Amino acid sequence: MAISILKRKNKKQKQSASARSWAISMTLIALGIWAFFTYLFDKTPDAVQSWFQVWLPPSTINESLVWVICALGLNIVVGYAGLLDLGFVAFWAFGGYAAGWFMSGFFNQVNIHFGSMSAKTIPGIHLSFWLVMIIAALIAGFFGIIIGAPTLRLKSDYLALVTLGFGEIIPQVFTNGENIGGFNLSNGTKGISPVDAIGIFGKRLGPFDLGWKFLIYFFLAACMVFVSLRIRGGRLGRAWLAIREDELAASMMGVPLMRTKLTAYAVGAFSGGIGGAVYATHVNGIFAERFNFSISIILLAMVVLGGMGNVWGVIIGALLMAWINATGLPAIGDTFNNTFHTSINFPSYNFLLFGGILVLMMLFKRDGLLPEARIKMISHENDDETSNTGGH
Amino acid sequence: MSSILSAEHITVEFGGLVAVNDVSFDIPEKGIVSLIGPNGAGKTTFFNILTGLYKPTSGHVMYDGQEITALVPHKIAAAGVARTFQNIRLFGSMTAEENVMVAMHSHLKASLATTILGLPSQRREEKAAHEEARSLLEFVGIGKTATEFARNLSYGDQRRLEVARALALRPKVLLLDEPTAGMNPQESAVFVDFVHRIRDEKGISILLIEHDMAVVMKVSERITVLDRGEKIAEGTPAEIKSNPRVIEAYLGKGVGAGH
Repeated sequence: MAISILKRKNKKQKQSASARSWAISMTLIALGIWAFFTYLFDKTPDAVQSWFQVWLPPSTINESLVWVICALGLNIVVGYAGLLDLGFVAFWAFGGYAAGWFMSGFFNQVNIHFGSMSAKTIPGIHLSFWLVMIIAALIAGFFGIIIGAPTLRLKSDYLALVTLGFGEIIPQVFTNGENIGGFNLSNGTKGISPVDAIGIFGKRLGPFDLGWKFLIYFFLAACMVFVSLRIRGGRLGRAWLAIREDELAASMMGVPLMRTKLTAYAVGAFSGGIGGAVYATHVNGIFAERFNFSISIILLAMVVLGGMGNVWGVIIGALLMAWINATGLPAIGDTFNNTFHTSINFPSYNFLLFGGILVLMMLFKRDGLLPEARIKMISHENDDETSNTGGH
Repeated sequence: MSSILSAEHITVEFGGLVAVNDVSFDIPEKGIVSLIGPNGAGKTTFFNILTGLYKPTSGHVMYDGQEITALVPHKIAAAGVARTFQNIRLFGSMTAEENVMVAMHSHLKASLATTILGLPSQRREEKAAHEEARSLLEFVGIGKTATEFARNLSYGDQRRLEVARALALRPKVLLLDEPTAGMNPQESAVFVDFVHRIRDEKGISILLIEHDMAVVMKVSERITVLDRGEKIAEGTPAEIKSNPRVIEAYLGKGVGAGH
C-alpha cells in the first residue's frame, strides 16, 4: 500500500516534470529563434541569410505558430473528446472575419476607435487586437454552439459529414457575402485588406515586424498549451476522455453527453476563432478563398500525425506540416528541379503528400509520432490482450 | 421494508415484439435481490429500463419516492442508480483511478474557468476526489492498481474496478449485470461476501442479474424470475427452488422436480 502510493507519487512527479521540461525547452527554443532573427540575422554572412530565406524564413515560422494554435483547438475536439470534426475551417473563418470587421477600415460608414494604434481620422471600426481576439473567439465559440447543438447528437461518421458540410457552407457565405440584402458582410472574393497592425507597448507591428509578432504568437500558443493541459487534468478532461472511450458507459456514470460534447466543440471553436484572428494579422488581410476544405484536412492531419490527444505531439505535427506546406515542399522542389533539370511543380502535390501521410500513419503508426503516453503504453504492451475487454 | 426502486407494470415493445410484459418489481431498501431467467427472458432489457437507457412502452419507474421513467440516463445515474455491465465497459486507456473519478462527475463542481485558473477550491476538490477514488479502489481490493490503465488489469480486477466506478456515483441502488460471468467457483464465493460487504458497509441496495444459481441462491434475499418477458415467480431462494413454473422455464416441460 505504502509502496503503491510512493510509486504513484513518483509517476505523477515524473509526469509533471516532463510537462515542465517540455515547456521550458520549447520556451528556450522560441527565445533563441527570436533573438537570432532579431539581433544576429543581419550580421550573419549572406550565404547563411539566403539559406534561411529558402529553408526557414521567419514568416513561415510565424505561420506555423498560427497552425499550432488551431491544431491545439482541434485536438480538444478530436483528440480529447473523440468527435471527428471535418469543418474546423468555419471557425477559422469566423475569427478571421471578426478581425476584418473590427480592426480595419471595412465598415467605413462608422468611425469607432478603441485601443487601436491606427490614426483616429481613418473611418471604420478599429479596436485593440487583444479585444478583437476575444471577440473573434466569442463569435466562433457562439457559432460552435449553434452548429454543435443539433449535430453533436449524431454518431461519428454522420457527425464528420455534417461538420464537413458546415465547413463548406460558412466560407461560401463569406465568399458570396458581398451583397446580403444590400449589406456588405464580407466584401466577397476581394476580401478585407489591410487589417490594422497589432499594437503592443506603444509599438505598431507592421507587416515586417516579424520578431515581435513571433513573440505574440508564441505567447498565444503557449496559452493554448497551458489551457489544454489544465483542462485535460480536471473534471471536464476526464469526462471528454470517457466519452471518447465509451459514450454509453460515460452517460451511465452520470456524464451528460450533450453538454460535455458541446463544451468540447465550443472550446475548440473558441480556439479556432483566436487562430483566425491571429492569421488575419499574419497575412494582413482576410481573403475568402483561403478558407477552404484543405485547411480542415491539414489541421486534422496535424493532429493525427502528431498523436491524437497529446499536446506536445500535436505541436510537433503542426510545426512539421506547416513547414512542409509553406516552405519545405517548394524548397525541396526547387532543389530537385535545379539538380535534375526537371520542372515538376512540387507544391501542387501537397495533398498527395498529406493524404499519403494520413494513410501511412493509419497503416503503420496509428497513435502518431508522439502518442499520448497512455495510448502508447497500451498499444505496445497489450496488442494481443484484447480478449480481456471483450464480453463473453 | 419500504422499497427504494420500484418498477410498476413495465411493458416494453420493440416494433410489435413484446420484450417485457407488465412486470412489476421492487428493490427493498438495503436489500439484495436477484433477477433470473433463461436467455432472452428480458432481464437486460429490464435493467436498461431501470437505468433510463430504454423507455418503457407503458409503466413507471419510481426511485426514492420520485418518478424517473422519463429521465435521461445520466440524470438517473447522478440521482444514485449505478450499474455495471455484462460485458465490461471500462474506459480502457484511462487509469483505474481516473475511471473511478469519471463517475464523480456529477458530484464535482469544478467549471471550465476554475479548472483553467486552478483556483484553490478546485484543487481541494480534486484532492478530495483523488482520495475518495483511492479509498474506493481499496474497498474493492485493487488499491495497488490505481495508476494502471484499465485495459491492462486482469479480468477479475476489471470486474472489481467496474464496481468501484459504480460506487463513486454514491448510489443508493447498485445494479450488477452478471457480475460473476467468467469467474471460477472460488472467485464467485468471494464475490458473494463482497456483495454483502457493499450492502452492509455502504448501505446500498443491490439488484443482480445472475446465471450462476449457486451465487444467486447464496446471495439473494428475494428472487424474481422472468421468462419470455413475463414475471413467472417471485419469492425467497427456497420458494424459487421448489417452484414448478421456474423449473419448467429452465428445464422444459415434462421434467420432474429436483433441480
